[in-house]
Amino acid sequence: MKMKKFVSAFLASAVALSLVAGCGGGDKKKAEEKKPAAAGAVKVGVFLPLTGDNAAGGELELRGIKLANKLHPEINGKKIELVIADNKSDKAEAANVAARLIEKDKVKVILGTYGSSLAMAAGNIVKDSKVPAIGTSCTNPQVTKGNDYYFRACFIDPFQGTVMANYAFKKGAKKVAIVQEVSNDYSVGLAKFFKEAFEKLAGAGSVVEIANYQTGDKDFSAQLTNLKAKNPDAIFAPGNFTESALLIKQARQLGIKAPFLGGDTWETQDFVNVGSKEVDGVAFSSAFDSTKAATPEAKKFLEAYAKEYKGEQPGGLTALAYDSYLIALNAMQKAGVDDSVKIREAIAATKDLETTTGKTTLNADGDPIKSAVIKTVKDGKFSFIDMVNPEDLKAK
Amino acid sequence: MELFQAITNMTAVSFAQHMVNGISLGSLYALIAIGYTMVYGILLMINFAHADIVMMACYFALFGITTFHIPWYLTFILTIAATALLGVIIERSAYRPLRDAPKNSVLISAIGASFLLENLANYLFSGRPLHFPDIPFLSSMIDLNGIQVQAICLFIPVVTLACLFLLLHIVNHTKTGMAMRAVSKDYEIARVMGVNIDNIISITFAIGSALAAIGAIMWGIRYPGITPYLGVMPGLKCFIAAVVGGIGNIKGAVIGGFILGLGEILIVAFFPQFSGYRDAFAFIMLLLILFYKPTGLLGEKMTEKV
Repeated sequence: MKMKKFVSAFLASAVALSLVAGCGGGDKKKAEEKKPAAAGAVKVGVFLPLTGDNAAGGELELRGIKLANKLHPEINGKKIELVIADNKSDKAEAANVAARLIEKDKVKVILGTYGSSLAMAAGNIVKDSKVPAIGTSCTNPQVTKGNDYYFRACFIDPFQGTVMANYAFKKGAKKVAIVQEVSNDYSVGLAKFFKEAFEKLAGAGSVVEIANYQTGDKDFSAQLTNLKAKNPDAIFAPGNFTESALLIKQARQLGIKAPFLGGDTWETQDFVNVGSKEVDGVAFSSAFDSTKAATPEAKKFLEAYAKEYKGEQPGGLTALAYDSYLIALNAMQKAGVDDSVKIREAIAATKDLETTTGKTTLNADGDPIKSAVIKTVKDGKFSFIDMVNPEDLKAK
Repeated sequence: MELFQAITNMTAVSFAQHMVNGISLGSLYALIAIGYTMVYGILLMINFAHADIVMMACYFALFGITTFHIPWYLTFILTIAATALLGVIIERSAYRPLRDAPKNSVLISAIGASFLLENLANYLFSGRPLHFPDIPFLSSMIDLNGIQVQAICLFIPVVTLACLFLLLHIVNHTKTGMAMRAVSKDYEIARVMGVNIDNIISITFAIGSALAAIGAIMWGIRYPGITPYLGVMPGLKCFIAAVVGGIGNIKGAVIGGFILGLGEILIVAFFPQFSGYRDAFAFIMLLLILFYKPTGLLGEKMTEKV
């Protein structure tokens, strides 16, 4: 009996002591944190919209990251484990999920996301907790501007907008209309840069109408009826693929014949599924075309993709997601896998890294300078129209 | 001044086009609003799951045509039947066990049923949008002197009004309708007088859901991107339409639906700069009605029963 009491008293004091030690000494905490890494796996957070309005885009990007993980599964002899988190295409959810990846899963680097609004929602969190994030296809300049911890694998909207404005002008458009998704930072930003670039080319007043709609809207008949009365030569309508597809469908139903132009978000199968034959002939910018793949890494990527998803061709979103993984991998090879601040420095120093979309060098903002391809939809399939290099635009 | 300018700038064709767009949107709202108002009239509860019943009906119709290759007209009939059944099942499982519980419990149960349906659809059908198949003739466009009208838009108001008259006939001139009105007036007394309350409530849900299915099919043809959350925003607006018209009043719901649909389109038509705020129109309507005529346009003053 006495013995039992003694044992329990001993245990209790031992627990108390260990608690005090745990609170007092930072060393023990650090040792605990290191444990999962020592156990073998390096955790990389994947931060994408896998449900909700942007799910189709998120899914394509997840394919790219998973494929990259399959081809490059190890770093310094340790396995890389993807911690996949769904931000549900929702700004509030995006902030929560980013915090969870950092605090609970203790990832040292985050890949993602599709959707600039979602990336911006997580911006302060990655900045404050000093964990670097590499955006896959969030093209709004504000994502990386003033945020040392957000980088990206894609080109940015001032470039993308200019590319599309040049294309419209080259095709003979004198007056254009813009339809933007006002609740979407990506759409509003891209529309603004398009307008600036087009007005430079075709003169002030060449943008005859700017119409707005909200994410999730299904009915665009009123905006389109107004727009039809202005009779534009082309319509620039960047936005989420579902809304854009419905918008184009309704425009054709109302008898609007002008060609539609858009951004990189349209390169998802859902855009074609929802828009069916009405989206044939649209033009949009993308980061990658499988027929123009130049680098050895791109060939590797295409081969693996063809094996994994039989008969399908990867688009820009998948290629960019793949690239974001390569950027993180390259940085961790240089800086190790434990210190997120050092990883950030290595990412910022990324130079001439061979990726699927050419050689990637990140500038002071954390943005790469990349070429764009212009694509169209032909009989329900994406096809290549033109390639635009950043140098081409400066020459003009 | 700006309004004047907008009107003078608008051609007759544009204006007619706006009216057509508005009336077809309003009719859809009206049809769904009837479901809200009927349930409220009888149970004094807001059936939050109604919007998701609309969504489920869209999926039923879509899968009937694309996966099971049932001819579209047969699919529509089956969809209406299946949706009515779904409405009854939800009533039996989520609302009936709470018949004697406080009203708030039923309301919370309704929110639960709504989330359950949304997440079930998300799980079963994936969150990605599916394309509602094109229906011969109904999906095609008709050119009326420069006004482009989708054939379905000509049918929507006709179907809505036909449903309204049929429903008014059932409620006012049949025995079941009389029982419904009795339950709505005072359900304790109706029970004492020998009305089978549970049956009447089931019938109410079946009718409300069947109308939701009709609305859903036409919604699918008009706006063919089908997602698990497609009911949320229209559901809110139709609920507002029901409140604006006077909740509990069937004619009021239809009037409310038309006001909302036309209002939304015309606001964008005359004030294009506000087109991003068109959703706000419905909510401003709701606030105004609650401030100045809380019982709605056709609602009657009603003293809370104890």
